[in-house]
Amino acid sequence: MNLDITLVWAAIIGFGVIMYVLMDGFDLGLGILYPFAPDEASRDIMMNSVAPVWDGNETWLVLGGAGLLGAFPLVYSVFLPALYIGVFLMLAGLIFRGISFEFRFKSQKNRHWWNRAFFGGSVVATFAQGAVVGAYIQGFPVEDKVFVGGPFDWLTPFSVLTGLGLMAGYALLGATWLILKSEGHVQDWAYSITPRLLLGVLAVFALVSLWTPMVSVDVRERWLSQLHLIWIFPILAMACAAALYRAVKQRAEGRPFIMALGLFAFTYLGMIASKWPVIVPPDYTIWDAASAPESQVFLLIGTVFVIPVVLAYTTWSYWVFRGKVRVDDGYH
Amino acid sequence: MELDPLLLSRLQFAFVVLFHAIFPVFTIGLASYIALLHGLFYKTGNSAWDRLALLWTRVFAVVFGMGVVSGIVMSFQFGTNWSNFSQATSNFLGPVLSYEVLTAFFLEAGFLGVLLFGRHKVPEGAHLFAALMVALGTFISSFWILSANSWMQTPVGYELIDGQFHITSWSDAIFNPSFRYRFAHMVMASFLTGSFVVAGVSAWFLLRKRDVEANKKALSMCLWLLLILAPAQAVVGDFHGINTLEHQPTKVAAMEGNWETESDVPLLLFALPDKAAQSNSLELPIPHLASLILTHDVNGTVPGLESVPRDEQPPVFIVFWSFRIMVGLGLAMIATAVAGLVLRRGGRVYRQPLYLKTLVGMIGAPFVAVLAGWVVTESGRSPWLVYGVMTHAEGLTPSLTGGMALFTLLGYMAVYAVVFIVGIYYLTRVIRHGMLPESDDIHGEVERPKRPLSAAHTPFDDSDMQEAKS
Ligand code: HDD
Ligand code: HEM
Ligand code: HEM
Repeated sequence: MNLDITLVWAAIIGFGVIMYVLMDGFDLGLGILYPFAPDEASRDIMMNSVAPVWDGNETWLVLGGAGLLGAFPLVYSVFLPALYIGVFLMLAGLIFRGISFEFRFKSQKNRHWWNRAFFGGSVVATFAQGAVVGAYIQGFPVEDKVFVGGPFDWLTPFSVLTGLGLMAGYALLGATWLILKSEGHVQDWAYSITPRLLLGVLAVFALVSLWTPMVSVDVRERWLSQLHLIWIFPILAMACAAALYRAVKQRAEGRPFIMALGLFAFTYLGMIASKWPVIVPPDYTIWDAASAPESQVFLLIGTVFVIPVVLAYTTWSYWVFRGKVRVDDGYH
Repeated sequence: MELDPLLLSRLQFAFVVLFHAIFPVFTIGLASYIALLHGLFYKTGNSAWDRLALLWTRVFAVVFGMGVVSGIVMSFQFGTNWSNFSQATSNFLGPVLSYEVLTAFFLEAGFLGVLLFGRHKVPEGAHLFAALMVALGTFISSFWILSANSWMQTPVGYELIDGQFHITSWSDAIFNPSFRYRFAHMVMASFLTGSFVVAGVSAWFLLRKRDVEANKKALSMCLWLLLILAPAQAVVGDFHGINTLEHQPTKVAAMEGNWETESDVPLLLFALPDKAAQSNSLELPIPHLASLILTHDVNGTVPGLESVPRDEQPPVFIVFWSFRIMVGLGLAMIATAVAGLVLRRGGRVYRQPLYLKTLVGMIGAPFVAVLAGWVVTESGRSPWLVYGVMTHAEGLTPSLTGGMALFTLLGYMAVYAVVFIVGIYYLTRVIRHGMLPESDDIHGEVERPKRPLSAAHTPFDDSDMQEAKS
C-alpha cells in the first residue's frame, strides 16, 4: 500500500478540529455575547437558536479527544498533562454552559443565575481553548515522549493573548450566526456589534502574527524560508474579513456568517502550514506521534464510512431547524 | 504533608466515573422506554401514551444533559491523570473509544435535537425515528465502552512491544472473555433502573390520584418487565461471577471474603474482612453455599486471597461489602417484582398504599446497586489497571503532582455537587408538575410573557406548586 495512512489521519483529525472550532465556536460565541444582549427576549432567541444543535457541536470535541488517542496518542498523552489545569477549567466551563441550556428553560425566578452560568462557562471554556493554541505554538518540554514541564508552563502572556483572541473570534462567529437566525431588533443589534468584534479579531491577529516568530524559532525559520507559500493563507483570511465587513454594510444575512467561517478556516490553515509536519512542538512530527499502523487502519475503515453518514444527519438536523428563530419557538 | 498523586488520581477517577455512570444507566433504559411510548402512540393514537412520552422526554433531556457534560470529562481523564496508561494502551482504547464517538455519540446528538425540539417541525414518523435512533445510540455506546473496560479486566488479542500494547486480533480483543457477561449485566441493569424509576414515579402519581389511567398503564408495563428482568439479572450475575472466577480469581476471593484456597467454602452473610490480619472477624456463614454458587458443586474449590502476595490483593473490605450491597438490592428487587404479581389480583397493585410507597422508595435502589457493582468490578481489579499486565502506579501521569491532582479533585467535586443538587431539584419539579391534559403547550416557558396566566406555564422553581396539585 503506497498511501501514507498517517497523512490521511492528519487530514481527518485536522478536519475534526476545524469542525469543532467552527461549530462550537458560534454557540460559545453566543454565550460570550449573552450579557450584552438588548433584553431577555433576545437571550431566549439566542439560546433557542443553538439549543437543538449544541450537543452535536460539542461531540466534535469528544471526537478530537478520542481520535487523537486513536491516531496520534503522543499528542493526547503530552498535551493533556501539559495543559492539566487549563483542561480542567475548560471542562468546568463546558459543564456549566451545558447544563444551563436545560436548566434555564426550566427556571423562572433563578433564570439570571443560568444566564451567568452560560456566560461564565462560555468565557472560561473559550479562553482555555485559545490559551491551548498559544501553548501549542510555544511548544512543550518533552523527554522520551513524556511531558516534563510544570503545571503553569502553558500560561504565558502570549497564551493569554491567544485566549483573548479566540474569545473575540468566537464572539464574531456568534454575532454573524445571530444575524442569520434572527430578525428585528435582535438582528439590528447583531449587525451593530459585528464590525467592532471584527476589528478586535484583526487587532489580535496582527499582534499574534508579530509575536509568534519571537516565541517559536521554527515558525520564524519557516516564515522566512517559505514566505511565498505561507502568505497565501493570511491573505485569504484578510479577504474574508473585508468581505465580511462589506456584507454587514449591505445587510446581507447569510454572507457574514460564511465569511466569518472563512476567516477562521484560513487562519487555522495558516497556523498548520507554519508548523507542519510537527504535531508536538518543537520536536515530534505526525509520524513520531502516530499509533501502530494496524490501529490506524482498523479505525480508518470505519471512519471512512461513518463520517459521511454523520455529516448527512448533522446536515438534516440543521435543515430541520433552518430559518429564523422566533420568540415563541418554544421548547419541545 | 506529602500528597500522593496516585491515590488522589484514583479517587478522582472513581469519583468522576461513578458520577457519570449514574446518568447513562438511567438514560439507556429511559431512551428505549420513550421510543416505545412514541411507538405506542403512533400505533394506537391513545393520548395517554403521548402524555407519558412528553413527561419522560422532559426528564430525559435533563438527565441526558448531565450525562453528556460528565461524559466529556471522562474522555479527558485518561490523558490528564493516566498518560502513561493512555500511551501504552492507545492502540486498542483509541480506536474503540473513537468508534464509540463516531457510531454512538454522533447518532445520539444528531437525533436528540429533533426528539426534543422537533415535534412540530418533522412528520410524526420522523419524530419516532429520531426517538429510536437516540435509543440505539445509547446501546452502541455501552457496547464500545464496556468492551474497552472488559478488555482492561481480561486483556487478550495483543502482544507487548516495548511496553506498548499492539493488537493482534481485533475480534478477540473487542469480544474479550468477560465482555458479553458485562454487557448483558449492564444493559439489564439499565433497564432495571429505567423500570424502577418509571414504576416509582407512577406509583407516586397513583398515591395522589393524578392521571390515573396513564399511570396505571405505565405501572403495569413496568411491573411485567421487572418480573422478567429482576430474576434474569441474578442469573446473568451468577454467570458473570463464574466467568470472573476463571479470569480474576483474586477478585472473587475478595467478593467472598475467602482468605485460604479450599473446597467446601461457606457463603458469608456478614463478616468484617481485615487485610492486616489476613482473616475475617464476626463471620456469619452458610455452609457450602459459596462453593455451590461458584462451582455448582457443594465441594468445589474456591481460590483464596493468600494465593497472591499481600500487595497484589484488592481492598477486600470494600469489594466484599459492595458486592453484598448489590446482591442484596438485587434480591430486594426480585421480591418487589413478585409482590407486584401477587397484588395484581383484584387490581390491588394500583391501590395498596404500602406497596405504592415501597415502589417510590425503590427508585434509588438500582442506582445504588449499579454503583456498588462498579466498585466491586473496579476495586476488585486493583492493583491492576490492565489485569495482570500494568498496575495503577505504572499508568500514572509522570508530571502530575499531588497539588495538581488535589486541585482538580476538589474542583470536580465542587462543580458536580452543584450540577447534582440543581439537577435533582429540577427533576423533582418536572415530575411533580407532571402530565398535563393539554400536552402540547407544556414547557413553553419561553412563551410565558405572552400568556402569563396560562396554567401550563408553571415555572419550576416557584415555591408554591398548587397549580400542579389541582
Ligand atoms: C454503560 C454505559 C456507559 C459507560 C460505562 C460509560 N458511558 Fe459515557 N455515556 C453513555 C454510556 C456509558 C451514554 C448512555 O451513551 C451517554 C449518557 C448520556 C449521553 O449523552 O450518552 C454517555 C455520554 C458520554 C460522553 C458525552 C457524549 C456526547 O457528547 O454526546 C462521553 C465523552 C463519554 N460518555 C465518555 C465515557 C468514558 C470515557 C467512560 C468510561 C471511562 C464512560 N463514558 C462510561
Ligand atoms: C460507568 C462505569 C464505570 C464505573 C462506575 C467505574 C468505576 C471505577 C472505580 C470505582 C474505580 C476506582 C477503583 C480503585 O481505585 O480501587 C475505577 C478505576 C478505573 N477505571 Fe473504571 N469504572 C467504569 C467504567 C470504566 C471504563 C469503561 C473504563 C475504561 C475504558 C474504566 C477505566 C478505569 C481506570 C483507568 C481506572 C483506574 C483509576 C483508578 O484506579 O481509580 N472504567 N473505575
Ligand atoms: C442479584 C444478583 C446479582 C449477582 C449475583 C451479581 C453479580 C455480579 C458480579 C459477580 C459482578 C462483578 C463482575 C466482575 O467484575 O468480575 C457484578 C458487577 C456489576 N453488577 Fe451485579 N449482580 C447482581 C445484581 C445486580 C443488580 C440488581 C444490578 C443493578 C441494577 C447490578 C449491577 C452491576 C454492575 C453495574 C456491575 C459492574 C459492571 C460489570 O462488571 O458487569 N448487579 N455483578
